[in-house]
Amino acid sequence: MTAQLLYGGAGLMLFVLGIWSFLVHEPLLRKVIALNITGAGVFHVLIAVAYRGDAAPPDPVPHALVLTGIVVAVSATALALILGARLQDSDDDA
Amino acid sequence: MPEPAMTAPLVLCIVLPLLGALFATALPGRAVAVGIVTALVTAAAAVALTLAVWEQGTLHLVLGGWEPALAIALRADGIATALVLMANLVALGISVYASGYFQDAIRIRSFWPLWLLLWAALNGLFLAGDLFNLYVMLELLGISAAALGALTGNREAIAANLRYLLVGLLGSITYLLGVAFLYTAHGSLDIGILAAAIAANEQLFAVDAAAMTLMISGLALKAALFPLHFWLPPAHANAPAPVSAALSALVVKAAFYLILRLWLDVFAPVTGMAAAMLLALLGSAAVLWGSWRALRAARLKLLAAYSTVAQIGYLFLFLPLLVATPEGPARDNLLAALLLMAVTHGFAKAGFFLAAGLVQTNAGHDRIDELGGTAQRLPATTFAIALAGSALIGLPPSGSFIGKWLLMQQAIATGQWWWVVVILAGTALAAAYVFRVLSRAFGLEPTPLRFITDPRAEVPALVLALVSVAVLGLASGPLWTLLGLSGADA
Repeated sequence: MTAQLLYGGAGLMLFVLGIWSFLVHEPLLRKVIALNITGAGVFHVLIAVAYRGDAAPPDPVPHALVLTGIVVAVSATALALILGARLQDSDDDA
Repeated sequence: MPEPAMTAPLVLCIVLPLLGALFATALPGRAVAVGIVTALVTAAAAVALTLAVWEQGTLHLVLGGWEPALAIALRADGIATALVLMANLVALGISVYASGYFQDAIRIRSFWPLWLLLWAALNGLFLAGDLFNLYVMLELLGISAAALGALTGNREAIAANLRYLLVGLLGSITYLLGVAFLYTAHGSLDIGILAAAIAANEQLFAVDAAAMTLMISGLALKAALFPLHFWLPPAHANAPAPVSAALSALVVKAAFYLILRLWLDVFAPVTGMAAAMLLALLGSAAVLWGSWRALRAARLKLLAAYSTVAQIGYLFLFLPLLVATPEGPARDNLLAALLLMAVTHGFAKAGFFLAAGLVQTNAGHDRIDELGGTAQRLPATTFAIALAGSALIGLPPSGSFIGKWLLMQQAIATGQWWWVVVILAGTALAAAYVFRVLSRAFGLEPTPLRFITDPRAEVPALVLALVSVAVLGLASGPLWTLLGLSGADA
């Protein structure tokens, strides 16, 4: 139970830190990393939710959510980076 | 379990555009043909869905034979169906317009797969029956919308849509944390099961309220509710015209639909007057600020984008009235009026953006002060802007006239008269910004010879604008039937 609370609490802290960093920092790369940390915080919470004691197997539904969430986060990060690269190219041309 | 023939359109509305996106990627040379065929069959599936819901009432479908707690659940009630029908007809019009809009091969190859993917995500979002599918569809919608918006390829468009993508991601992650809270408290993601669990467990009020705050603020960011609207005007104004139309008319509406769905179904026992008042206050600020900025906008597409901020604001004004009005015909009328405003704005704003895009292509710019001659050379397009504009103002016989009328009636009936002031001020500002555009169209140029110069580009805009004014205004009765509501017909 304590482990679960610690894990979930750490997830919430990561979420808050990620949002703070996203709002405060201007460079694109920092914003993208901040968003990924925010996402990782939510995934932590979901994994903590899945824990049902050492005896029982974990709840598969939150695990499925985390897997899907990771796929979404990777694709979104890729799109953000390619748009950022385009932006940099057009700056170099100008 | 209903007949398979009845629930088939439910699946087809999502599967058809998804297949179309795959084919358009695999056969880039025929992307336009694939796109148009997909648009036609998907719109047909949406019409079939509407007929099925019309006859049967709410449809449910659990995919893959799993139990509802695990399976992907789809459902179509009156609210979802009304929006699906609007979105698919508007999307069909946008597709016809887009088939002639893009000229170079790279843009054509990129537009159609992304556009069909966005379409699938929209239908999936309207029809999803559980919170996690909603999250997936929300992300799919956000990613394809940002990629489409950046298709213009210039610096402003890329910067605006990169910001749109990041803000959208922040919104959906916040929403997902809310979903995690709800799953922790109630062990389910299904909208129906959750609604019952939240109503039954009053001792979990704090968790539910926290989840509601997270989910609705995340979605308000995506719905561009003032003051979270800052990303919308540059993103919508710099996208290619058919994409602007889709973003403003449909994508923002999808985020609002989700807020409404959560508000009415999932969090009904948790929502209170305080939360409703806060959202409606932000809505009022959106109406006034959005309309004011639209009036001051130098460019036609920027004007249309700020007008979207204002029009989304109106939809939030309904929330405190829905809380204050007891179940019955008055509340039914209010709900139908809300849907009527959302649907009318969908048609009108799509028509407005498509017409604005044509003006921009013809003039080479969209600076309002210098549009006189161009507007007069394109009478059908100018007429479409005028029609769509009258729906944005809320002039009779448009659908938004009835919507605003019922909204003000109920505001007075529940003693919340101050919203009437906001609505009237917003309407006056809307009239000012629409006539500011139209006044440029009647200069001293010679009268044009033909009403329509480019049918494939002009007809969709004209038809969409016409639907928002004539069809929705004069024949809004069926909406009440579709929603399964009793209220007296307006």
